[in-house]
Amino acid sequence: MSILVNENTRVIVQGITGREGQVRTRLMQGYGPNIVAGVTPGRGGEETLGLPVFDTVASAVKQVGEVDASVVFVPAAFAADAAMEAMDAGVKFIVIVPDRVPLHDVMKLCKFAQERNARFLGPNTLGCLSPSKGVLGMMGGSPEAARKFFMPGRVGVSSRSGGITSSIAYYLKKAGIGASTIVHVGGDSIVGLPHPEILKLFEEDDETDAVVMFGEIGTTQEERVAEMMMQGAFTKPLVAYIGGKQAEEGTRFSHAGAIVEGGRGDYQSKVSALGDAGAVIVERFEDLPSETARVLAELNGK
Amino acid sequence: MAKLLEHKAKEILAQFGIPVPRGEIAASVVEAAAAVERIGFPVVLKAQAFVTGRAGKGLIHFCDSAAEVSDAASSVLGRAVGGFPVETVLIEEKLRIASEFFAACIVTDEIPGPLALLADRGGSGVEQMARDGKAKLARRPFDAATGLKPYEARSLAVECGITGKQISAVAGFLVQLAQVFLAEEARSLEVNPLVMTDDGRLFAADCHFSVDDYAVVRHPELRIEIAREIGHPPTDLEKIAAAYEATDHRGTFYFLELGTEGDRPVGFHGAGGGGSMMSMDALVRHRFTAKNFCDTSGNPSAAKVYRAAKHILAQGAIVGYFASGSGVASQEQFHSARGMVKAFREWPLNVPAVIRLGGNKEELAIEILSKFLSDLPVPVEAYGKDDSAAFCAGRLDALVREHPPVEPYDCTPTARTEDAMDEYAFDVRTGTISFDHAICRNCESKACIKSCHVEILEIDDDTPRLKEPAEESAHRCTECLACELACYDAGMRSIALSLPIPGFDECLAKRGAR
Repeated sequence: MSILVNENTRVIVQGITGREGQVRTRLMQGYGPNIVAGVTPGRGGEETLGLPVFDTVASAVKQVGEVDASVVFVPAAFAADAAMEAMDAGVKFIVIVPDRVPLHDVMKLCKFAQERNARFLGPNTLGCLSPSKGVLGMMGGSPEAARKFFMPGRVGVSSRSGGITSSIAYYLKKAGIGASTIVHVGGDSIVGLPHPEILKLFEEDDETDAVVMFGEIGTTQEERVAEMMMQGAFTKPLVAYIGGKQAEEGTRFSHAGAIVEGGRGDYQSKVSALGDAGAVIVERFEDLPSETARVLAELNGK
Repeated sequence: MAKLLEHKAKEILAQFGIPVPRGEIAASVVEAAAAVERIGFPVVLKAQAFVTGRAGKGLIHFCDSAAEVSDAASSVLGRAVGGFPVETVLIEEKLRIASEFFAACIVTDEIPGPLALLADRGGSGVEQMARDGKAKLARRPFDAATGLKPYEARSLAVECGITGKQISAVAGFLVQLAQVFLAEEARSLEVNPLVMTDDGRLFAADCHFSVDDYAVVRHPELRIEIAREIGHPPTDLEKIAAAYEATDHRGTFYFLELGTEGDRPVGFHGAGGGGSMMSMDALVRHRFTAKNFCDTSGNPSAAKVYRAAKHILAQGAIVGYFASGSGVASQEQFHSARGMVKAFREWPLNVPAVIRLGGNKEELAIEILSKFLSDLPVPVEAYGKDDSAAFCAGRLDALVREHPPVEPYDCTPTARTEDAMDEYAFDVRTGTISFDHAICRNCESKACIKSCHVEILEIDDDTPRLKEPAEESAHRCTECLACELACYDAGMRSIALSLPIPGFDECLAKRGAR
């Protein structure tokens, strides 16, 4: 299985003729899954990277048939609108890569998505990648690097930091641990699929035995994961690291979501909530692979 | 920054027709006295600072006479709050309060979406009072597109025990507040207390207003200096960093000074949000304190990293320099290495440094750092992805114990410092490159030509020059610093790549840092 993306996922790329769209489409074509069309308003009828380009998502879907996902590479100010266009055309999963998408645009998009039973990853995400199957977004950078860095296996990865997502996968691989799917949920304070939603998917995935999570100060994502564990909605072993121990309240540390506000979302509240719920918390990031190996050994010993 | 001081927040509320007390802003005792003349007694004088619970900290004073105003203004102005001085006070008419409420709109990731809040009393700590049963606090999500509907606001008022004519009045206020919240794309907008005067009128007596960083460009009316949440008013150095960053979009440069206390402050240079935080945590575990937070990522130019390093060094009073990101960066790490080399030799670096540039092209990055910095009187160690942030923080710990900061010393910068005898110069994106052709004529290697990866230089008349058309060539320069370092390495020092930071030298002079 794996989650969100596999070798059969049919994908369109919005903003395919732009600089980012071009580079990342090559990555997805080289690593998988199936890119079937691109969309750029005003460029309909052209061809790029061997793919037909359409003016609208609706016309693309009409021509190439149903698609499973759209990956958005348009400037931040137009990203939410592009995602809405895809949802309106019946696409059920959108990956919104751009950084700096305004918060109020995202809130409106959340409601729009709910009403259409669609979901989105991001904004401000590298995307998601199922090793040897496919990638949506820009994780890995190039097909060669992606093949070098990511190895298939049975551990799910969910991270709020892009750079850390690749690092975790690399260090796990070095310890001989492969991944089922690697997900960068995005760095913003409101994202379409936060940690709790990703963990729900990993819970249902029969190819995922355990999950490694990179959390951060700010938002309620990690606290909600703890709640899920308490309620039995997430039952697989969870190994987690929380960044931002030395953080001033009211100051944001690069990621828009990494800010402690009104005394909520601080390091201690996340660590204690997850610890109480039975997660393995590592104090040192470097200990993630060894702790994951230990958890997997225990699991297999049972 | 994306947080508004009280007086600015109230100005915005007033533009939307929300009543605020009559008031004026003052930056001196004299201005305060003049403001009171126009407002009339009694007044309240409020320090403009980003802290909660100002009344308890002596930052709010009620005054009935000119003498009291003068005393209050002189006690508050210039006082350090959270490590940063109060620059202005807001002087307002004193309201005749009959009752107080709390009204707010915030964004929550739980719903996710906007949430309206209302409480039957105001004052600081209202959320705690609600938990203790001393206040009734009601909350309700509303539509980010269409706003808070009047009936939704009324139901909130009723839910928190408000009765009679006050229901519609308070609900009406909350609907208006939600309009401002949506129109200005706020992250949070809080009026506390919301005051009802003895003649039945509502006023926003205090206001906390924070705007989404990413939407700041759509709201010039807010006149926000730095579109980032910072827990203090921006420092001179932070403003300089932000102003420069606004002009150079190749990668990210984010710099902020931290007020955290500690006896082992370290200049911190991160890369990537998560990786930076993780690396800062590794520092903290070794009893270091990050003096600043800095993030250069997203494939920044060497010029950008150079400027970032200079900001970090300009803070002074550090015992070490620590650079580390996620460990497996996709950006070409040699750019960062070159930027640091130029900055460290120019300053020069006076404390031990551990530089972890893991990821893409890390071997070259480590080679550059080792080659160009090994002669400094302080140790600089370079590492890649297979050495963890924890290990590197441990190395810094060991180095700092053995090597206290050294006195200023003579260090040869990579750039030429003397005036050119025969200058050949051209402008690049954010600076100027100057060659001294008198030196170049004596150079055999002409290493600058080979080092230029965009290949814009050629030898003409035995000297390096831009390929024609020259203007186009200059435009293609990525400010990678390779030519300057190659020239230094060849022992010529003909090249000087000058990369100014507007306001930086003035700031240093003011701080007495150099």
